[in-house]
Amino acid sequence: MPRREDIHKILILGSGPIVIGQAAEFDYSGTQACKALRGAGFEVVLVNSNPATIMTDPEVADRTYIEPLTPEFVTEVIKAERPDALLPTLGGQTALNLASKLHELGVLDEYGVKLIGANYAAIQKGEDRQLFQQAMAKIGIKTPAGKMVTSLDEGLEFVASIGYPAIIRPSFTLGGTGGGIAYDEAQFRAIVHQGLHDSPVHSVLVEQSVLGWKEYELEVMRDKNDTVVIICSIENFDPMGVHTGDSITVAPAQTLSDKEYQRLRDYSIAIIREIGVETGGSNIQFAVNPVDGDTIVIEMNPRVSRSSALASKATGYPIAKIAALLAVGYYLDELPNDITKETKAAFEPTIDYVVTKVPRFAFEKFPTAATELGTQMRSVGEVMAIGRTFKESLLKAMRSQELDVRGATAGAGDDELEALLYPNPRRLPAVLELLRRGRSVQSLHAATGIDPWFLTQLKEIAQVEREVRDGPPVDTWTWERWREVKRIGLSDREVAELTGADPAAVRTARLANDGAPVYKTVDTCAAEFEAYTPYLYSTYEWEDEAPPSARRKVVILGSGPNRIGQGVEFDYATVHAVWALKDAGFETVMVNSNPETVSTDYDTADRLYFEPLTFEDVSNIVDHERPDGVIVQLGGQTPLKLARPLTEAGVPIWGTPAAAIHAAEDRDAFHALCQRLGVPQPRGAVATYPEQAVRLAEGIGYPLMVRPSYVLGGRAMRVVRSAAELATYLDEVYAELPDNPSILLDEFIAGATELDVDALSDGSRTVVAGIMEHVELAGIHSGDSACITPPVTISPAALAKVEEHTVALAQAIGVRGLINVQYVVRGDDVMVVEANPRASRTIPYLSKAIGAPLAKLAALVAAGKDLEELGFTTTPRPKHYSVKEVVLPFLKFKGVAPFLGPEMRSTGESMGIDDDPYLAYYRAALGAGAALPRSGRVRVIGTGLGSQTDVLLGLGFDVAEGPLPSGAEPDYAMLIDVEHTPEARRALEDGVPYVTTAEAATWTVRAMAAAAAASASGPLPVRPLQDLG
Amino acid sequence: MSLLNKPPALLALEDGTVYYGYAFGANGKSVGEIVFNTSMTGYQEILTDPSYHGQIVTMTYPHIGNYGVSVYDMESNRPYARGFIVREFSRVASNHRANQDLQAFMEQHGIVGIEGIDTRALTRRLRSGGVVKGVIYHGHTDDALEAQLVQEAKDHEDIDGRDMTPEVTTPLPYARPTFQDHPRVVLIDFGIKHSIVYKLEQSGAEVIVVPAQTTPAQIMALNPYGLVLSNGPGDPGGPKYAHDTVWQLLGLLPTYGICLGHQLLGLAVGGSTRKLAYGHHGANTPVKNLVTGEVEITSQNHNYVVDIGSIPGGQFVATHVNLNDGTLEGMAHTRYPVFSIQYHPEASPGPHDSSYLFTRFIEEVNLFEGATALPAAARAVAKAG
Repeated sequence: MPRREDIHKILILGSGPIVIGQAAEFDYSGTQACKALRGAGFEVVLVNSNPATIMTDPEVADRTYIEPLTPEFVTEVIKAERPDALLPTLGGQTALNLASKLHELGVLDEYGVKLIGANYAAIQKGEDRQLFQQAMAKIGIKTPAGKMVTSLDEGLEFVASIGYPAIIRPSFTLGGTGGGIAYDEAQFRAIVHQGLHDSPVHSVLVEQSVLGWKEYELEVMRDKNDTVVIICSIENFDPMGVHTGDSITVAPAQTLSDKEYQRLRDYSIAIIREIGVETGGSNIQFAVNPVDGDTIVIEMNPRVSRSSALASKATGYPIAKIAALLAVGYYLDELPNDITKETKAAFEPTIDYVVTKVPRFAFEKFPTAATELGTQMRSVGEVMAIGRTFKESLLKAMRSQELDVRGATAGAGDDELEALLYPNPRRLPAVLELLRRGRSVQSLHAATGIDPWFLTQLKEIAQVEREVRDGPPVDTWTWERWREVKRIGLSDREVAELTGADPAAVRTARLANDGAPVYKTVDTCAAEFEAYTPYLYSTYEWEDEAPPSARRKVVILGSGPNRIGQGVEFDYATVHAVWALKDAGFETVMVNSNPETVSTDYDTADRLYFEPLTFEDVSNIVDHERPDGVIVQLGGQTPLKLARPLTEAGVPIWGTPAAAIHAAEDRDAFHALCQRLGVPQPRGAVATYPEQAVRLAEGIGYPLMVRPSYVLGGRAMRVVRSAAELATYLDEVYAELPDNPSILLDEFIAGATELDVDALSDGSRTVVAGIMEHVELAGIHSGDSACITPPVTISPAALAKVEEHTVALAQAIGVRGLINVQYVVRGDDVMVVEANPRASRTIPYLSKAIGAPLAKLAALVAAGKDLEELGFTTTPRPKHYSVKEVVLPFLKFKGVAPFLGPEMRSTGESMGIDDDPYLAYYRAALGAGAALPRSGRVRVIGTGLGSQTDVLLGLGFDVAEGPLPSGAEPDYAMLIDVEHTPEARRALEDGVPYVTTAEAATWTVRAMAAAAAASASGPLPVRPLQDLG
Repeated sequence: MSLLNKPPALLALEDGTVYYGYAFGANGKSVGEIVFNTSMTGYQEILTDPSYHGQIVTMTYPHIGNYGVSVYDMESNRPYARGFIVREFSRVASNHRANQDLQAFMEQHGIVGIEGIDTRALTRRLRSGGVVKGVIYHGHTDDALEAQLVQEAKDHEDIDGRDMTPEVTTPLPYARPTFQDHPRVVLIDFGIKHSIVYKLEQSGAEVIVVPAQTTPAQIMALNPYGLVLSNGPGDPGGPKYAHDTVWQLLGLLPTYGICLGHQLLGLAVGGSTRKLAYGHHGANTPVKNLVTGEVEITSQNHNYVVDIGSIPGGQFVATHVNLNDGTLEGMAHTRYPVFSIQYHPEASPGPHDSSYLFTRFIEEVNLFEGATALPAAARAVAKAG
């Protein structure tokens, strides 16, 4: 049975702002689904509040609503669009929960919207632990002994029967929020209490621990004809106990015999059938006892997940695309395998390489949070690497992380390393270092539970390192030796460190011995059939499968792993560059290491190299491809920092040249430039050591903004108000930083408004694309502040100066492409804080606000077009306001105070669009997950909030002032706490909206007032991007 | 042991290509036809599958040996593959089921291996150039020796047209009593995998395994209610006697052919087979059941296929077809309960999607028994006797 004919218009729900546990992978899956369904002739309506995504580009869906993912707003979209069906399985847990809610509210029935992909019963069975356990018992598959409880007492009674440690899993939460492992009663009480709270249905599963068992995942697809295929098996390097999102994972499974693997396969098929996922993908997790093979199922997700994104990239099988097409009735054997063309999507990929995923954490942003990993996911991104062996793929993944992993452990004492053997982000380097020092595989297996096979591979890496270190110098190496060393996965830099040679000399010696890598294809079939999609990875073998074409071509460097400060926005920019340059007739070559992205889809660029973004790996690709140009300015810091070494190696960098980038980044050069142009700057100085900083600070005066040089996302940036505070900073923060960076000191302009400006320049003409006014005052990282464009409180005189300075700076720096400039404004006074000649994280949001594809334009400018040709010669002046609000991950980091500061900590953003600035803010706030109340009590802590309080009183709120009396239970529906008391953390944990600055309070109460006024005439109307003027 | 100076080995192909790698397994030299297998698990089952008799196997999955070797995973009583080519063999066996590591197993059974080979390049070579013969050699080589090894590969006897069944079949018939009231089926051993026997037993049959050259009269004398034609190595055109056996038994018993057995059935009824360029060897091939419209993922290991159009008189209809290349995967007689399958419903290694075929066969056997058999009491006497 082919395509359903009863469906014409399909509603797809996105996953909202990027949060820990639900990230860019759902941009990838949603974008694939939109493309696939439109390609099959369906009209697609999309709702997602996240502007940084590619799926919310106006050309991806037919109708794109950037609105909050709440039942109210989605109901309005359904009323306006009257879709025939809702596909809820591609937007993560958010979409699935929202679809369930819409079903429960009767909205879907009322408007005749069919749920496709997964029906309501299947969602309940897959997600509700108790129903899931019953279903598994029915088909004879073991689950951990467990009980669903709705109170602490009930939990205590049950845990007495299974003993500690016990696992606590709240129902219906994403990334395991609120869950954990309890080793004793005190921990049990705390975790159950939190879990009951976090679960939207206030129930948690208390479960037998299978800590230390081997963990596996299978990705399963099913069609309406009941054909079921397994796309990929994944084995976790970290045994049970660490959330799979925080585990190092490997595909395919490495330590299962065929009998055991087939058992997992049989179970998976039985499970997807029993749960009743009619069509599409599911992810099923198993634990296997290493001692006797006892196998239990842990959970299943009846939807596309983070693991499915990984499985898609690991195998080349486009799970999200196929899942979308199955949902509208196609059978797997009717759909082609795009990669081989001749064969069908009804098959099981087989791979002839090893894929390793390594998570990327951000604990450095939350120094007070414990780094122990558990059942609640806390990584913010991940890298994937492909190698012919596990060793090669692991070492590639480790260097893709862009962290100095070796440096972090090489100098540590044995005791220090031993102390890192519990699950934590530094366990892998610690294990590797201990193996280097001769610890046995068996003892490390006993200490960590990591399978001896994996540990043996690490030991072999250590052995090769030793042989390299103790062996002859690199200039005497034969081709065979080079090949064996590089095959293990060691980088030139590692070889240099081991042999004491210079990295450049290592590269020269290697290339002189014919030691260039070859590129192999990811083809879903282990070379059984010819592959037509150049999805490539490097290795050191004999046959290269990817001879370059003779076309004009450009290499676009991606942004690597998502992290705080460098997220999906940069994937957006690089993907746009690919699209624009493809249209302009270039062959496009993408290089990236992040599996959660659209850029690493095999059909985004003409060629995809899934490779680390290091100088060595990128140079190898450039040597192989010989491109006409390389674009580094769109992928954030990761590619940008390669601009200089690549330029020095003679690689043609397109767009703003490396020297110009340096001129903007180098403080002295930039200061001189501003002086020459007459652009005012806050006073500042650079100290090379702490004592000098103290001296220079006196000259500038307090308050001061202090930070180390060359950092991203405001790392270790602080406002200090006195010499004592500076001394504390230098002792406690600066002293912890590696490599003694210089210390930057800047005058802090208290009470000033910050502006972000993005502009495009072709070298002779510069056009300001947009000016964004920050809600938070200077002193709070721009990435953590809400902002609005066009500005609402800035004087015309100041705005004119901003435009003038921006143009002057762009021209003087020599920008060819995008530049982002940050200003502080007080009255009509304007000062420039910094200028970054690259795509900024505001590009996707601003592009949607002004209706111009800035990243595409930037790519074309880099390729030599001028703005005149591109038709972008004047600053767009939209009639509507666009607000960007941020989401912060404080909830995941226990004990961290949830207040904003100069260090960026947000993980994602939402957008609100409206003709009224406050309604735009309201939509953005709801989109970011703040459930702003319509009535009830608002507690206000702090002085100077009279005007905000008056607004609230006028709206009929009950306003209580001051902190809660000690011991009192929370009594408010919203909290305004500008004194930064512990109450804010409680509000956060209770899921109550809270505001921590006076500026945000002003905006929030005005937004609530605007929403109250507007709602007098019914629900807020919704409007798709395609209808904006 | 050094990982950068491993003992050398070489793989020479008949076309003159030479690959350098490292020695593992038994020390020595091995010559045979090279086939690639794309299964990611199941190397032990593959090595011990008699269908690989005379062949050198290369695995496309790069890590081989990770979970060792288990007494439970033997598909026959010894490895039949002549040699083993892998990207990297595991020096450690990590699995609770393992009784031995791969190195010890191969040494014990004299299987010569080579690792460190770009097995993907080799697979692509086999895909584009077709089946090729080759030699694995352990030790240092020079140009003269390499040329000699290439010549050895060239001179090695081709599989085509040969009857290899005498080298793999059981010398004597034997029964596998189940001590239950199960219908008796005769399984002709052309090189059986144990899993076929297990699957038949599990589905409710008592199996008597007979040598390949057993005559129709000898088979009927065993009073079976069903006949199974097993898998096996080589060219189905080789064992001509088997075509006669199958032809004479056609229609007398419910019959189930698997792999080589399927090809022998095709030839017995006057059809023809042809050799595929590089065969089907893996555990991920989609097959469509033309009767139900369902798709199953199958385990495959064959180089020859039956051309259904060549079978005269429309005696058989296609029941299963390969979704990748459209080749015949199963057929059924239009009048008799006789059907055959090109792939491996017994799996091992591979998916279990096709187990239903054993059930279906036993249903036919039961029907036949019900229609023809002696009363139960008499049967019990016959068995006891």
